[in-house]
Amino acid sequence: MYLGRVIGRVVASQRYEGLDGVPLQIVQPLDERGASMGGSLIACSAISSGPGDLIHYVDGREAALALPDETFVPVDATIMGFVEQAVVGETDLAKEPEPSR
Amino acid sequence: MILAEVIGTVVSPVQVQALDGFTLLMVRPVTPDGKPTGKMRIAIDQVGAGVGDRILMIDEGNSSRQILQDPNAPIKTLIVGFVDAVEVHGELTYDHRQVHNS
Repeated sequence: MYLGRVIGRVVASQRYEGLDGVPLQIVQPLDERGASMGGSLIACSAISSGPGDLIHYVDGREAALALPDETFVPVDATIMGFVEQAVVGETDLAKEPEPSR
Repeated sequence: MILAEVIGTVVSPVQVQALDGFTLLMVRPVTPDGKPTGKMRIAIDQVGAGVGDRILMIDEGNSSRQILQDPNAPIKTLIVGFVDAVEVHGELTYDHRQVHNS
């Protein structure tokens, strides 16, 4: 599982049949300092997350298992939970201001 | 299995049901010499590790599901061992007792 921040949403009206109604969101992976780690990716959301939220997500086979209804769908990453607190040393990454762009 | 260091804690009150009751920790893979390497991950603790501890983790779904005995758990990053000492080429590069007594 990885730490990330939801930075946007994707709308796709044509999609694989098992994925109807599953929210697609853009996730920026974060490192232990809260800085961007690699490029962003599109993830399904198993929770009611939205842009700006600090979340944790899983990739690979487990991404499909994390979805509530369908467990055999072609997904690569799924948001599994909100991160309310992520403490490294003295810093809480959840309290750090969101980087502006 | 991957040698790693626990660097932080994660609190996630709202998450998928399969994760309820597990402790989440931020872990960073390290080389045998203790240098950070690779991507930081969030792992599920199975051994009672804490921040600063050197641990063994797996990042593979089938192994994790075997350990948790849940064939449908969406879980792949699991802390499965607590490292007491690491020796490379005959030299001790990590000793839990030294690190935590000094």
